[in-house]
Amino acid sequence: MSEPLLSVRHLTTHFELTKQNFACALEDVSFDVYPYQTIGLVGESGCGKSTTLMSILRLLPANARISGQVLFKGVDLLALSEEQMRAYRWKELALIFQSAMNALNPVLRVDEQILEAILLHRLMPREQAWQRVQELLELVGIAPQRGRQYPFQFSGGMRQRAMIAMALACSPSLLFADEPTTALDVMIQAQVLELLKDIQKRLGLAIVLVTHDLGVVAELCDQVVVLYGGRVAEYGSVDQIYNSPQHPYTQKLLESFPDIHRPGSALASIPGTPPRLTDLPPGCRFEPRCFARLERCREQSPPLHEVAANHFAACHLLEEKSSTL
Amino acid sequence: MEAWQRLKRNLGELWKSFRGNRMGLIGLGLVLSALAVAILAPWLTPYHPQQVIRDENGRGLTFAPPSVHPPLGTDDGGHDVWAQLVYGARISLTVGFLAGFIAMFVGSFFGILAGYFGGWLDNLLMRVTDVLLVIPDLPLMLVLVATIRQMQLKISPLTVLILVIGLLYWTSTARLVRSQVLSIKERQFVARARAIGAGHAHIIRKHILPQVMPLIVANTVLILSTAILIESGLAFLGLGDPTKPSWGTMLNFAFDRNAISNGAWWFYLPPGLAIVWVSLGCVLLGNVLEEMLNPRLSGHHLEGEAHIVKLGEAE
Amino acid sequence: MRAVIGRNVKISAEVQQSLREQFGLDKPVFPDQFLMTMKQWASGNLGVSWSLRRPVAEILLSKLWNTILLIGLGQILAIFFGVVLGLLAGWKRKTALDTGALIFSLIAWATPTFWLGIILLAAGSTWLGLPTGGILSPQNVGKPLHTVLPDLAVHLILPTLTLTILYLGEYMLIMRSSIVETLSEDYILTAKAKGLNQWQILWRHALKNAMLPIVTIIALNLGFTVSGAIYIETVFSYDGLGKLFQTALTKQDYPLLQGAFLLLAVSVIVANMLADILYTILDPRVKAT
Repeated sequence: MSEPLLSVRHLTTHFELTKQNFACALEDVSFDVYPYQTIGLVGESGCGKSTTLMSILRLLPANARISGQVLFKGVDLLALSEEQMRAYRWKELALIFQSAMNALNPVLRVDEQILEAILLHRLMPREQAWQRVQELLELVGIAPQRGRQYPFQFSGGMRQRAMIAMALACSPSLLFADEPTTALDVMIQAQVLELLKDIQKRLGLAIVLVTHDLGVVAELCDQVVVLYGGRVAEYGSVDQIYNSPQHPYTQKLLESFPDIHRPGSALASIPGTPPRLTDLPPGCRFEPRCFARLERCREQSPPLHEVAANHFAACHLLEEKSSTL
Repeated sequence: MEAWQRLKRNLGELWKSFRGNRMGLIGLGLVLSALAVAILAPWLTPYHPQQVIRDENGRGLTFAPPSVHPPLGTDDGGHDVWAQLVYGARISLTVGFLAGFIAMFVGSFFGILAGYFGGWLDNLLMRVTDVLLVIPDLPLMLVLVATIRQMQLKISPLTVLILVIGLLYWTSTARLVRSQVLSIKERQFVARARAIGAGHAHIIRKHILPQVMPLIVANTVLILSTAILIESGLAFLGLGDPTKPSWGTMLNFAFDRNAISNGAWWFYLPPGLAIVWVSLGCVLLGNVLEEMLNPRLSGHHLEGEAHIVKLGEAE
Repeated sequence: MRAVIGRNVKISAEVQQSLREQFGLDKPVFPDQFLMTMKQWASGNLGVSWSLRRPVAEILLSKLWNTILLIGLGQILAIFFGVVLGLLAGWKRKTALDTGALIFSLIAWATPTFWLGIILLAAGSTWLGLPTGGILSPQNVGKPLHTVLPDLAVHLILPTLTLTILYLGEYMLIMRSSIVETLSEDYILTAKAKGLNQWQILWRHALKNAMLPIVTIIALNLGFTVSGAIYIETVFSYDGLGKLFQTALTKQDYPLLQGAFLLLAVSVIVANMLADILYTILDPRVKAT
C-alpha cells in the first residue's frame, strides 16, 4: 500500500457559542484516504460529517476551535498560515456542496466562474484557460454554449454538474463532496453519481463523500467511516460495513434502510434523538439509544477496537474479541 | 383565550431580554424623560411662554443669552426660551403621538382587512399604498394643508397637522400587518375556528389580533419618531399654530426673526436638540423591539478565521 | 385669489369679474375647474402664477436646474460615501467602525433636515465665512453660470453638505445590511473554498450582489429627497424648486403650487422608472423574464 494522500488524526472541533457554552462537534476523528480511493462519511444530520470537511479545509467561522493533525501529502494543513492554506484550496483540495442553488454566484456567468478558479491559481495563460473551461464543461456533459449562461438558467442537476466541472478545474488530487445528490430528484441523482464514478476513473481522483444516503455509499465508495455524535463509530471497507457491521448504530442504520426485497415490511427507525452537542455524556454517545448497552457504556467512552483487517468499531461489546487500537 | 394568554407570557420573556439591551433602555429613557418634561412643564419653570421678561428699566429683555437669563436666555420678543421649550414639548409630543396613533389604527385596520379577506380589498390596498409610496410626502402634505385651509373650515391648525400626518403614514403599518395576517391565516387554528362556526370578527379578535399586536406596537414606535420629525418640519414651514408653539414653531420663529444673524444660539439650538432627543429615543426603542420580534442573521462568511489549537495547549 | 387681489383693493368690480372668468374661478370647483385644469395641463399649459405674474411652466423650468444641481450633487456624494462606509461596516461587524457608523446613522436619521441646515449655516457663516444664502452673490446674479463657478461652488458647500450628511446615514445602513446578507450566501463560501482572499471575494463576488437593493432604494428615496430640498432651499434661500414651493404656499398662489406639485410628482415617477430600467440592466435574473 502506498502512502495515504490524506491522513486525519485526532481531529477535534469545538464551537464557542458563548464564553461558557461550547458545542463539541467533532472529537478524536481519524481516518486515511489513499489515492484513487472513495471514502464515504455517513451518519445522521448533526453527527459532524460536514464539519469534518469544513475543518479539514479550514472554512469554519471564527468561533470554531480546531485541533489535531491533517496530513496532506505529508504537510500538516492545520499548521499552515491562512495564506499558505489558500494555495492548497481548490488546487489540491476541491469542494462541491449540497445546494448548488446558491453555491454559484447568480450575477456571474457560469464559464466565468470556472475560469476564475483556473486563473486564480495561475495554472495557464488566459487563452488556454478558456480552452480548459470548454473541456471541463464537455467532461461533465454541458454544451459549451450553455456555459455563457447564468446559474439561474440551469436546472438543479446541471448546476451540480457545473459545480463539479468547476471543482475539477485545477486538477485536484482530492475532491470533497458534501451531500452532492441530496437536493436532487432520483433520476438526476443517478446521473450525477454516474458522472462522479466516470470522472474518478478517468482522472484518478480520490473522493471524500459526505452523505446520509447508504445507497449512494454502496454505489460509489470503497471505504466507509460511520460518525455518531462527533466521534467515529465504525470504520471499514464497504463490504465489511454492509455485510458484518459491528457497531450497534451501524447495524441499526443499515436496518432502517428500506429493503427492496421486502417491500411490505415496516420501516425500522432508531428510537430517541441524537445527543445535544453542548451537553455530551462522558460515556459512549450512542448509549442512550443502544439496544445492547452495558453498565460500562455510560461511564466510559469506548476506544476503537480492531475487528478484522482494517475494520474498526468503537464499542465495549467488542473488547473480548480483539486488542484495542 | 389561549392566544392572548400566550401573548402575555411572551411579553414577560420579552421584557426580560429587553432589560439587558442597552440600546433599548437608552431609547426608553429618552422617551420617558421627554414625556416627563411635557407633563411636568408648569413645575419646571416659573415663567409662561407668552410672558415677556423685562429688565430693570422695564424694557423687554430681547435675545438675552443664558449667561444673563438662565437657563436658556430669551428670544426676540423677550420670552423665556426654556419655558417655550418645556411647554412646547406638550405640543410636539401631543401632535406627534396622536398622528402616530391615527396612523397605527388606520394602518392596522386596513392591513387586517386586506390580509384576512384578500381579493379585491387586498388589491385595492396594494394599489393605494403603491401610489402613496411614490408621491413625495412633503409636497403632498403641504398641498393638502393649504387646500384644507383654503376651505376655511373651523379646524385648528394643529388638528389639521395631526390628520394630515396620520392619514399619510399608515402605509408601512398596513403592509406589515397584512403580510403577518396572511401568514397567520394559513395556520390550522384559523381553519378549525371556522369549522366550528366562528365568525370573522371573533377570529380576528381572538386569534389574529394577539399575534400581530407586538409587531404593530414596534412599528408604531418607529412611526412616532417620523411623526415628530414631520410635525417639526411642517411647523417650521409655518403650518403650525403660532399661539401654541411646538419645537418646530420655535425654530420657525428663530429663523424668521433672525436668531441666526443675531448669534442667538440658545434659541435655535435647544428645540432641535429636543426633537433629536425624542426622535432618537423612539427609533432606538422601535428598532430594538423590532429586532426582538424579528431576529435577523447572526454571522457571515467573512467574519474571521477558525482558531487552530495546538496539541498540548490548554483549552 | 382673494388674497392676491385683496391687496390691490382699488381694482374695479368689472375687472375683478373678468379676471375671475379668465381664471375660471366663477365656475364651481368640481367638476368644471378640475377638468379645465386637467385639459390645460395636458396641453402643457400650467397656468399663470398669481404672485409672480408669469406663466407657471416658465417659472418652474428656470428653477428646475438649480434644484437638480443641488440634489444631484448631494445624492452622489451621499451614495458614494454611504456605500463605501456601509461596505466597511458590514464587513467588519461589531468593530468600532461598525458601531460608530450605526450611531452616526441613527442620529442622522433623527435629526430634522432644516435644523441641521440652520446649525451648519450658523457655524459655517460665523466660523468659516461662508455665504449665508442664495445661489450666487448679489453682484453675480444674472451672469452666465460658467463664468461665476467659484462663487457658485462656495454657495453650494453648506446646502450640499447638509443633504449629504443626512442621506449618508441612510445609505450606509442599507449597504451594511445588504452586505451582511450577501456575505452570508453560499456562493461566498464557494469563493472562499476556491482560495480567494477577503478582498477578492468582496470585490468580485459580494459587491455587485449587495449593490442591487441600493438602486431601488435610491429611486424610492427620490420622493423624500425632494422634501429635503424644500427645507434646505428655504433655510439657505437657495433659489430652486423647493423654495418656490414654499413661497407659493405662503402666498397661497395656487396655480404655482399645483404646477410645482405636478412637476415634483412626475419627476419622482420618472426616477422610479429609471431605477427599474437600471435594475434590469444590472441583474441578469430580471433580464430574462
